[in-house]
Amino acid sequence: MKVLVSFKSVPDPYAGLGDSASKSVINPFDEIAIEEALRIRERGEATEIVGVTIAATAADEQIRAALAMGVDRAIRIDDARALDPYAVARILRALVAKEAPQIVLMGKQAVDDDSNQVGQMLAGLLGWPQATFISKIEFLENKTRAQCTRETDGGLEIIAINLPAVVTTDLRLNEPRYVSLPGLMKARKKPIEVLTCDQLGVTVQPLTTTLSTSRPPKRAAGTRVESVEELVAKLKQEAKVL
Amino acid sequence: MAATLVLIELDRQQVKRPSLHAITLARQLGGDYALLVLGHDLDKIVATLVSYGASAVIVADDPALAEPLADRYAKVIAEAARQHGATTLLGSSSTFSKDVLPRAAALLDAPMLTDVLAIEQVNGATAYRRPINAGSMVATVKVEGNFCVLTARATAFEAPAADAAPCPIERLKLEAATLADGMQFISREQPVSDRPDLTEARVVVSGGRPLKDPETFERLVGGLADALGGAVGATRAAVDAGMAPNDYQIGQTGKVVAPELYIALGISGAIQHLAGIKDSRIIVAINKDPEAPIFQMATYGLVGDLHQIVPQLIEAIRRA
Repeated sequence: MKVLVSFKSVPDPYAGLGDSASKSVINPFDEIAIEEALRIRERGEATEIVGVTIAATAADEQIRAALAMGVDRAIRIDDARALDPYAVARILRALVAKEAPQIVLMGKQAVDDDSNQVGQMLAGLLGWPQATFISKIEFLENKTRAQCTRETDGGLEIIAINLPAVVTTDLRLNEPRYVSLPGLMKARKKPIEVLTCDQLGVTVQPLTTTLSTSRPPKRAAGTRVESVEELVAKLKQEAKVL
Repeated sequence: MAATLVLIELDRQQVKRPSLHAITLARQLGGDYALLVLGHDLDKIVATLVSYGASAVIVADDPALAEPLADRYAKVIAEAARQHGATTLLGSSSTFSKDVLPRAAALLDAPMLTDVLAIEQVNGATAYRRPINAGSMVATVKVEGNFCVLTARATAFEAPAADAAPCPIERLKLEAATLADGMQFISREQPVSDRPDLTEARVVVSGGRPLKDPETFERLVGGLADALGGAVGATRAAVDAGMAPNDYQIGQTGKVVAPELYIALGISGAIQHLAGIKDSRIIVAINKDPEAPIFQMATYGLVGDLHQIVPQLIEAIRRA
């Protein structure tokens, strides 16, 4: 079984406020998708893991990190534009046609634009089943189907999907491994293929444009109270919520 | 025909109330709007939806739609949008609509914006405001073309009044045999609780990692919530540690709440968590670390050991 795992470079979401211009990392949800692909291979259920990202050369460091985790080979689709989820999904559809994976794994959302759309859109474009926000996956019936546990607003939901399919990962699926030094050494020798949208035969124009960004109004800090009695009194008399 | 189609969400054969808030955004967009509901055995539910001022309630009622499987649902939703010549397909932000609506958008060859907070006019065109980077920034976004899909963040829009004359009900003709069959529902683990729904509650009490174990979490967080008739929430760390189920998680990747009163117990205030609570009217933080970032946004802060403070607080509220 071939696994395609797609990932995005994002500004480090755990960077302190002072170093906002700091480094990029693999989107944490995509890192979970990469880890799951590795575990599927370690269980003997996958034979090859192909990583893909759509980015300019600036993302090479994250591609090397994915290879160092254990991805077999990587593809960078060379496009530096600010693409929206639908454009990304259309590019990935073209790559899926070329690579013919049995399963596409990716994070449920990128933590920079928080859209949570690409996996579902890709599944729709391909006409493939989807399992979103998963915390568990098991393959069934000689890998023709998979059973997935999904994290939903109403608790956990278990569904079965026919393969090929698109699967998006939630936080509790696994804990990604750290990149090891031997892994990093090996990653240097692994191939990174660079493709363009032209080569994939796909033309995309972003259909959404960000006109501006701003900081939301900040909540003012309130008052410190010294005791439970004072807190209850404030909640009753000042806030009038009790 | 309707300019906007609003997808209504169900939960255990009840309308999910926050999904109605998307109607308020539909009203702001202007033009006619129709409500769309999918499921099985929907007559009672449909009867509750006719007074929201919609041009129609469109119903897709079939045993094949009893569970919200994305491949089937997206196909029916996209078909309804096409048949009605809608220009906007709208839902409220939830795991349900985030599962099915992007897929419907792809079937309609349309872009989508998640978590819309507000609309505004920029140079005569409609633009949408939505949070990015865990809510630390807000982007104003314009959409090209004449069709788009949106999810509205329920806490940013009021509940709509249901005081209009009853509207007609339209039944979508479905051929169940043509629906996709690649996904099968197996089961749902839905915690049974007498507490109010997290996204609808007037009071929310939430706990973080210092609650230690499920028993302490339930005793302190659950106990305080019950004393206040509130719902229980949790941070990612508390859910990861197995203290609370996944559907308690509040924040960037969990639920967004905006209750009258939010009480944070042992929560330091990572921006990923604050993203889900910052529109609460009153925020109370109880934490033993006086430097915890949550104190910078809490209406009332109390520094101390929650294992001592919370039982006292429960007692004081019961007396009050």
